[in-house]
Amino acid sequence: MKQVSLGEIAAGTARKESRLHSAAARKFLAFGGLIGLVIVFSLASPYFLTFDNVVGILLATTVNGILGLGATFVIITAGIDLSVGTVMTLSAVMMGVLISNWGLPIPVGILGGMATGMLAGLINGVTISKMKVPPFVATLGVMMAARGLSLVISGSKPIYFTGTPVVRGLTMDSLVGALIPRLDVPNAVFFLFGAAIMASLILGKTVLGRYAFAIGSNEEATRLSGVNVDVWKAAVYALCGAFSGLAGVVMGSRLNSAQPALGAGYELDAIAAVVIGGTSLSGGEGTILGTIIGAFVMSVLINGLRILSVPQEWQLVVTGGIVIAAVYADVLRRRKQ
Amino acid sequence: MTGGVRERRDQGAAGPSGSGTGSAAPEPIVSLRGVSKSFPGVRAVQDASLDILPGEVHALVGENGAGKSTLMKVLAGVYRKDAGRVLYKGKEVEIPTPRAAQQLGISIIHQDLSLMPHLTVAQNVFIGRERGGLFNLLVNDRDINRRTQQLLALLHLKMDPRTKVSSLTVAAQQLVEITRALSFHSEVLIMDEPTAALAEAEIEELFHIIRQLGEKGVGIVYISHRLHELKQISDRITVMRDGRTIETVPTREASIDQVIRMMVGREIFQASPQVLEREAPEVVLEVRNLRRGKAIKDVSFTLRRGEILGVAGLMGAGRTEVMRAVFGADPPDSGEIFIRGKRVHVKSPRDAVRIGLGYLSEDRKRYGLSLGMDVENNLVLSAFKKFLGLLGWVRRAATRDTAARFIDLLAIKTTGPQQKVKNLSGGNQQKVVVGKWLAADTEILIFDEPTRGIDVGAKSEIYRLMNDLTRQGKSIIMISSELPEILRLSHRIVVMSEGRITAELDAAQATEETIMRYATVRSGGSQSLHAGESAP
Repeated sequence: MKQVSLGEIAAGTARKESRLHSAAARKFLAFGGLIGLVIVFSLASPYFLTFDNVVGILLATTVNGILGLGATFVIITAGIDLSVGTVMTLSAVMMGVLISNWGLPIPVGILGGMATGMLAGLINGVTISKMKVPPFVATLGVMMAARGLSLVISGSKPIYFTGTPVVRGLTMDSLVGALIPRLDVPNAVFFLFGAAIMASLILGKTVLGRYAFAIGSNEEATRLSGVNVDVWKAAVYALCGAFSGLAGVVMGSRLNSAQPALGAGYELDAIAAVVIGGTSLSGGEGTILGTIIGAFVMSVLINGLRILSVPQEWQLVVTGGIVIAAVYADVLRRRKQ
Repeated sequence: MTGGVRERRDQGAAGPSGSGTGSAAPEPIVSLRGVSKSFPGVRAVQDASLDILPGEVHALVGENGAGKSTLMKVLAGVYRKDAGRVLYKGKEVEIPTPRAAQQLGISIIHQDLSLMPHLTVAQNVFIGRERGGLFNLLVNDRDINRRTQQLLALLHLKMDPRTKVSSLTVAAQQLVEITRALSFHSEVLIMDEPTAALAEAEIEELFHIIRQLGEKGVGIVYISHRLHELKQISDRITVMRDGRTIETVPTREASIDQVIRMMVGREIFQASPQVLEREAPEVVLEVRNLRRGKAIKDVSFTLRRGEILGVAGLMGAGRTEVMRAVFGADPPDSGEIFIRGKRVHVKSPRDAVRIGLGYLSEDRKRYGLSLGMDVENNLVLSAFKKFLGLLGWVRRAATRDTAARFIDLLAIKTTGPQQKVKNLSGGNQQKVVVGKWLAADTEILIFDEPTRGIDVGAKSEIYRLMNDLTRQGKSIIMISSELPEILRLSHRIVVMSEGRITAELDAAQATEETIMRYATVRSGGSQSLHAGESAP
């Protein structure tokens, strides 16, 4: 009788899956789409690829991109966060209150803004993991509450940072421009890339990232493995909140004011960026690079259509179509597997 | 003074079983004493006791629903016991979480695979223990890959620790689970049906690993339905029935018949399959050359009027996939389906229902029932059209009558038609699903694991019900992983392995052994092995 070792079985029966078919392929899809858009728009308009316009696109991506970073973590756990937009606004308003109304030092204001976001995220997380409220409902509640609180705290009026020009300079000045005069890319862009690198490290190198994937992949199995799922889930939402807080700081700085009425609808743009970037709403899969590409797909699209004088209403229609097309492409790819 | 105190404590810890290194009676690593655990509506474990000795393979047997898994989950910290004591080396302990169990040196391989498919092999093996550096916030992938490689080498497995688990076969995934359990260097290792998805050769190798662990003093609890396997591997057998531990016997003193008798313990539905009225009744369903992706490879079979066709096979053999394709839930890539000789096109479950097919999912809570609704509405749901009056008005009197008729006919134990289905027992829920299809005038019923999670008594009723249905001229396809069930009920049996039908057996001639042999035929694997041998 021939003896078969387990090794042969394990090696022999492992279904062959080229890595191209997984996460990389999804990113490639989004990246290919982005390149395609850039080519189309640069052929359609000579203005599209000018330095000013490219900087404009980068700048327009910052807030949505940073929100998308946080949303990526949540969506990888197979959750959803609808509150990122209004929490961003609340964070900006808190920063405004701390700096302009109370006259506290600017760093305190910035940290206060981010802490506000993190706290809101933590409330999301605890509601979801301890109270077992579904993410959709929990974050819907926080979304509404944060919107209301922004209006209450600010008295429904914008809070300006006119007394502290440093706030605006934080994102709108250009450190690079100071060194290389012709290359005045505003700092905001580097906030986005810095945050993206940070998010990428957290997702790839820390236990928080690992458990986000594990929870999204099989929550019960993760729990049975002895991982404190509740705590890590709450931490993921808190992290998402912190990114919303950062987006609020960048937003406030860019507008030189905290606009309490802004923010609703941003959560959907952020989720769209994540989804275009190939992160699966059913959890367990996703990348930061994908989200960044997704965010750029959206802002390139809006920018290009605007240059081609497509009315704003139609820009929305096209963006909606792109979101569905991106996910459909992914569904097709999965079906082939 | 202190010496005296310590001495006394030592005596206390040793307990009545006595200590010492004598080979006569080694002290158990873990003792369960009078453990009970209930779930709403079910007393899963009652007053169960069990000793696990170092180095022994302790088989835990019993019918489905006897409480084996629940008892072991209490020990592994998945469930908290309602009553009873758990002693670890003579000292009473509480095991509130899986992590607490791991820290005590108790690890478990769960019955259903509990892996994270999106993560790699190493990430799965070391989940929860992957930290290193920067206040323990970072994951050290290089380290866990290296350690996983060592563990895999120990088991003679050729697997890349960086492979994603989703790309492994079910058998290979099972090996990952075993690797993970071993990585804890546990003193007690619980294996819940570890061989369910393994082929003969793989099982041999697993036994080799188990024996090695035994020599190292690891106490192993081995849950399995395959009694012949237990004869081969275990030292002692504990039988559970209806949540209680019935008896523990040394394996070499127990015959398989004796164990079965202890397992069943009471009168159970034993009628052999009804002899078909006519020699060859008409073929009601014929499936030809059905294919769908990698799951279904050229499957053909027939079903006759009044027949129960058993579909046997291991997990992942493609049984459910075939039936879902026939039912139109996952349309096949190619293949033909004939109903009473007429070619039909089933593109959706709607089409299937229209031509008289009914599918009773293995997961009835997810696919078969609207749990929050009452019995009456569940019963009439798929035949709703019959009860509609003018402008889509529901004729309540008619639905009430129909519901009452089926509650009576199927002997559904309920407080009344208005009882919520989620408050019924598993067996009665299953009856509601059956009733639902009968109300829709279904001629061909596909039962997917009809008795999963149903206790012994209710099981017997379901068997009787299926038998009655065939006598009334209904035809039944029954997928089941429980061989005794297949053998007891089917007229004919088809066996599947890796997406193909590997055998069609007459129920009178089939045995558990023949079925298992065909269920473990490996088309792809054996070919590659032969190729390896013939190569110079």
